[in-house]
Amino acid sequence: MVQPLNQLKESASQTAGPYVHIGLTPNFAEIGGVYPQDLGTSMVNDKTKGERITVVGRVLDGTGTPLKDALIEIWQADADGLYNSPSEMRGSADANFTGWGRCPTDMDTGEFRFETIKPGRVPFKDGRKQAPHITFWVVARGINIGLHTRMYFGDEEKANGEDPVLARVEHRVRVSTLIAPREGSTYRFDIHLQGEKETIFFDI
Amino acid sequence: MSDSQISNRKPETGAFFQRDREWHPQAYTPWYKTSVLRSPQKALLSLDNTLSEITGPVFGHNILGELDNDLITNFAKPGEMAIGPRIIVYGRVLDERGKGVPGALLEFWQANAGGRYRHRKEGYVAPLDPNFGGCGRTITDEEGNYSFRTIQPGPYPWPNGVNDWRPAHIHFSLFGHGFAQRLITQMYFEGDSLIWKCPIVKTINDRAAIEGLTAALDMNATIPMDSRAYKFDMVLRGRRSTLFENRMEGN
Repeated sequence: MVQPLNQLKESASQTAGPYVHIGLTPNFAEIGGVYPQDLGTSMVNDKTKGERITVVGRVLDGTGTPLKDALIEIWQADADGLYNSPSEMRGSADANFTGWGRCPTDMDTGEFRFETIKPGRVPFKDGRKQAPHITFWVVARGINIGLHTRMYFGDEEKANGEDPVLARVEHRVRVSTLIAPREGSTYRFDIHLQGEKETIFFDI
Repeated sequence: MSDSQISNRKPETGAFFQRDREWHPQAYTPWYKTSVLRSPQKALLSLDNTLSEITGPVFGHNILGELDNDLITNFAKPGEMAIGPRIIVYGRVLDERGKGVPGALLEFWQANAGGRYRHRKEGYVAPLDPNFGGCGRTITDEEGNYSFRTIQPGPYPWPNGVNDWRPAHIHFSLFGHGFAQRLITQMYFEGDSLIWKCPIVKTINDRAAIEGLTAALDMNATIPMDSRAYKFDMVLRGRRSTLFENRMEGN
């Protein structure tokens, strides 16, 4: 026998189910008067530094049908590449930018939409710069454990070419699943759960 | 978000322990039919955490309203209360190292005592309770403790097999301190024989993992002549120590 490590196991994940809106966006679910507003609906204000952008997209199942009951959360750095988090030790992030957003997909169209800013570059562990990116977390009925992915920016070709995470992708044909094309100030990021265009999801 | 810092202790900056993907449910679990077309089929890309996952949003107590942790009254008309067996749910949020997680935002949602959700897409015949909304939230204290009051939700049938029933359960969403810790799970109730028949519960392979989601009746925490109590601890991913790791650039 050896000494026990006495470590605990993470609580097992369970699906968010079809009624995730009740808990996470009750006002969207027409449960008014409990919280003044749904958390994560607003990431920026008038004083937020950085280029204003819109990120829209859908989550598509294996038949290409958009999920109308999914919920997306995003997490990103501010315009200078700093996170609004106590674990951010490199400096103080823009106090007028939360860095975190939450949006249910529309019950009719399946579309999600975030009004945010373009993030700055954040260093990788070895000091190399990552390309600007937004971290995504997707939950829904039928998804047993939340899916992590990243959105990169279609107009950041040079930075994307140097990005140490994108460089890890063995099947180069899949890199494009993480890159959102730009039109005006809007980036479109469709997330494919399955199929030829299946988005790269991370075990991170 | 950051104006109410969680504590005076030094924030941790280590990467999180690798997730045990055999302990968690697999993505593709065909007996839970909706998973069939919603499960990624390619391997996940494994990556040690970067700053993007080591950091995460933290919420201050200033977001909380007085009744956020009381589902019996937070949607009820003045002077009225939700109908159903009154319970207190309490416990601790720990990490895999056994340390309490302070300042963790917990959001929870559930059906009413008849097993009916207040949701546009819900069609179960059981009636809505006009005094029950079904959502609540709280933030753990310095030791990771939390508690809230609610009514015990009812079991309900759902369209999967022709006669599948969900055991009574409360959904939980948890934020730790890093986005990699983000977790959604469900709490079940000790003694509910529907637990072991449920296709969603059975997406988890490991019996111990299911037992870890089953809250225990705690008679010592009940309020006599008022509410029973269930204890439900939850565990988030633990962090590596950074003591012997290279310092990140600019750190």
